[in-house]
Amino acid sequence: MVEMIGAKALIHALEKEGVDIVFGLPGGANLPIYDALVDANFRHILVRHEQSASHMADGYARIKRKAGVCFATSGPGATNLITGIATAHADSSPMIAVTGQVPLAMIGKDAFQETDIIGVANPCTKYAFQPRSAHEIPETVKKAFYIAESGRPGPVLIDIPKDVQQSSADMNFPELIKVRGYSPVVDADLSQLGKSVEILLNAERPIIMGGGGVILSGAFSELQAVAEILMAPVVTTFKGKGSFPENHPLAMGPIGMHGHAEANKMILEADCILAVGARFSDRSVGRYDEFGRGMSIIHMDVDPAEIGKNKSVDVAVIGDVKSSLRTLVKMLSKVIVKKDQDNPWVRRRKELIDHYAETLKDYPRDLTARKALKKLREILPANSIATTEVGQCQMWASLHFDVISPGTFFSSTGLGTMGFGFPASIGAKAARPVVPVVDIAGDGSFNMTENSLAVSVLDNLPVIVFLMNNYMLGMVAQWQRTFYNRRYSGVHQRNCPDYVKIAQAYGAQGIKAQSLSELEKAIRSALKMEVATVIDIIIDPEEDVYPFVIPGTGLKDMVTG
Amino acid sequence: MVTTTLPSTPTAPTPTTTLAEKIGGWHILSALLENKPGVLFRVTNLFRARNFNIESITVGSTEQPDLSRMTITLNSDERTLDQLAKQLRKLIDVVEVKVLDTDKTVYRELALIKMNAGDPTTRMEITNFASIFRANILDIGKETITVELTGTPDKIEAFKNLVDHFGITQLARTGVSALPRGAEL
Repeated sequence: MVEMIGAKALIHALEKEGVDIVFGLPGGANLPIYDALVDANFRHILVRHEQSASHMADGYARIKRKAGVCFATSGPGATNLITGIATAHADSSPMIAVTGQVPLAMIGKDAFQETDIIGVANPCTKYAFQPRSAHEIPETVKKAFYIAESGRPGPVLIDIPKDVQQSSADMNFPELIKVRGYSPVVDADLSQLGKSVEILLNAERPIIMGGGGVILSGAFSELQAVAEILMAPVVTTFKGKGSFPENHPLAMGPIGMHGHAEANKMILEADCILAVGARFSDRSVGRYDEFGRGMSIIHMDVDPAEIGKNKSVDVAVIGDVKSSLRTLVKMLSKVIVKKDQDNPWVRRRKELIDHYAETLKDYPRDLTARKALKKLREILPANSIATTEVGQCQMWASLHFDVISPGTFFSSTGLGTMGFGFPASIGAKAARPVVPVVDIAGDGSFNMTENSLAVSVLDNLPVIVFLMNNYMLGMVAQWQRTFYNRRYSGVHQRNCPDYVKIAQAYGAQGIKAQSLSELEKAIRSALKMEVATVIDIIIDPEEDVYPFVIPGTGLKDMVTG
Repeated sequence: MVTTTLPSTPTAPTPTTTLAEKIGGWHILSALLENKPGVLFRVTNLFRARNFNIESITVGSTEQPDLSRMTITLNSDERTLDQLAKQLRKLIDVVEVKVLDTDKTVYRELALIKMNAGDPTTRMEITNFASIFRANILDIGKETITVELTGTPDKIEAFKNLVDHFGITQLARTGVSALPRGAEL
C-alpha cells in the first residue's frame, strides 16, 4: 500500500504494464494526468487532433501486438477519440483510451465539456470503466489491459473524473486479476479438431481462408504448416492479408469485393474451407446465403459469438487460433506427411493465376496505381511495414502490393476509416523504428489527418506517405461512374492543396512523381531520408479498381473490368 | 367468357432449416449480471444494436447481493436464440446465461388489469372470473375494478381475452420471471 493521487496511480499502473509510449492531447479535465506525466518513464507524443492519437495507438498495437494507449480530455477530446476507438473495435485491435471527465459532482449537470462518454463508447468498446474513487484506479488499469489484450482483443476506455484524478488514496497495485464474467477460451476442444482432421483429409479440393485472427495471434508458421501438409491453396480475407506470405507457391491473396480474381474463383471451386480467425464479412464473401453452398466449412475463432453469426458451419473450433492450428498440425502429422504436390487442385491454382494475369489488363497509362505499387514492392525491403488509407488506394494495395513477411501489413478493414493510415503508420513506426513504414494513401484520406506530419517530423517518427493522387474521392467517383451514370457529386478535390508544399511546410520532404522513373527515384530518396516523405504520385482520375464484386451479388458474379 | 389460368407449379425451395426452426418458438433465457450501475444499459443496448426483438425483460435481485437476475423471453428461431445467448455471454458484466427448457422450468408473470365496471352485473361477472383465475381484486371504485393476476403469459392472455369486452382501461405486466425446476441451478 502506498499513498498517492489518482493521476499518479494511473501513470504508475501504466508503467507497470510496460507501456513505453502514449499518444494524446491535454485539456481541462485531464490536467492532473498531464501533470503526473511529467515524471513518467514512458514517452508522450503530442498529437494535433485526438482522432490521430487513437489511430496512432491502434497502429502501434497492430505491430507490437499489445495494447496501444491514448489520452484525451473530456467532451470533445473524448468524442474525437471515438473514430479511432471504433476503428480498433471493428478490427479487434487492443487499445487503452484514457479520458478525463468532469468532477463526479458535475456529472449529469451538462457541465462544460461534459459528455457521457461511457454511453457513447459502449457500442464500440470491449468495455468501458469509470472509476468513482482514486483507489479503484490501479485495479481498473490492470483489468483494462487484461480485457483489451486477451481473447478477441479490443479497445477499452477508462474515463476518470477530474476529482478522482486529484484525490489521494492508499493504492494497491495487483499483480493478478480476475474478471468474473470474462474467461476467454484458449485451447480448443480436441473432438472438434478431430472432426476437422477427418474432413480436411477427405477433401479433394481444400482451401484455407486466413483471417485477421491469424495476424492477431501471430499464427503465421502454424498456418503455413497446415497449408503445406494439406497442399491447400491459401486465400485470405482483406484483414487477413499478410497472414500468409503472398509469394508462397500456395498463396492466392485476398478474396472479396476487390479481391484477387483467381482467389474469388478458386474458393468457389473448393469442396472444403478451413476459415481461420475470419468472420465471413459481406466484403469478403459477398452474399452470405450463396457463399459456401455445397462445401464443408470448418471455422476456427477465438470468439464463440462469431460461430454461426454470418454463416452456419459444419465444424466450429473455438479457441486461440495459434493454439488450435498447432494442435491441428500435430494431429495431421500423425496421419499424413504431406499431400502430393503435383495434384490437379494445386495445378488449378497456377492455371487460374496465369489466366487472370493474361486477361486482367492494366489501365493504359505510363504511371498507374498498379505499376506504382509493383514498383514500391520491388524497391521496399521485405520486412517493411505497410498500411493504407481507405478507398481506391486501399483496394489497389490489396490487389497489387504483395505482403512477403507475415504481419507487416494492416489497414482499417472493418470500419473503413479514411484518415487512419497516416497516423497509424506513425504508431507502427514507434512500435518498430528500425524498419521503413509506408502509408499507401489517396489524397482524400490523407487530407483528413495530414496534420500528423507535425508529429512525424517533431517526434522523429519518419514514415513514407505513398500518395496516389487523383484529386478525387476516387472510390466514390468510381461508384458514381458505375452505378450513377457518371453523375459526379461531391468528389472533386480540385487540385488543392499542393502536397509537396504541405510536406515542406511541416519540415518534411515532398516529392512529386509524374512518371515511373520519377517515382522510383522518389522511393529511393524517401528510404534514405531521416524525415517523413510525401511522394505525390499523379494518377489518372478515371482509373478504376477491378475486379469488382458488386454489393448484393456473390463472388461468382465478379466483374473483371 | 371466363378463362382461368392455372398457377405454374411452384418449385420447392431447398430447405436448409426445418420449418419449426425457421418459425421458431417461445424461449426463456436467464442471465446473471453484475449488480452495478450501467449494466442494464449495456444489455439493452446490445439488443438494439444487433436487432434482437425481445418480448419481455425482468431484472431483480438474487440470493447473491452482487448479482442480479435478468429473465428474457422472446419468439425466435434457434439461430437467433443461439446468437442472443452468445452475444450476451460476450458482455463482460454478464456472468452466466442459460437458455431454459420451458418444460423443466417454473415461470410466472404478474399483471395488473383495470377494467370498466360501472354496473353491478359487470362487477359480479368480473369477480367471478377473477376467482376462477385465482386473481385478486386490488381495487374497486365506482367506475372500475383492478385485479392482480399471476400466472404463465398464456393464462394472462386468456384472462385478458375473457374481460376484453368490458373495456380494459389500463394494463401493466411485469414480464416473466423463471427458475429451473428441482435441484438444478
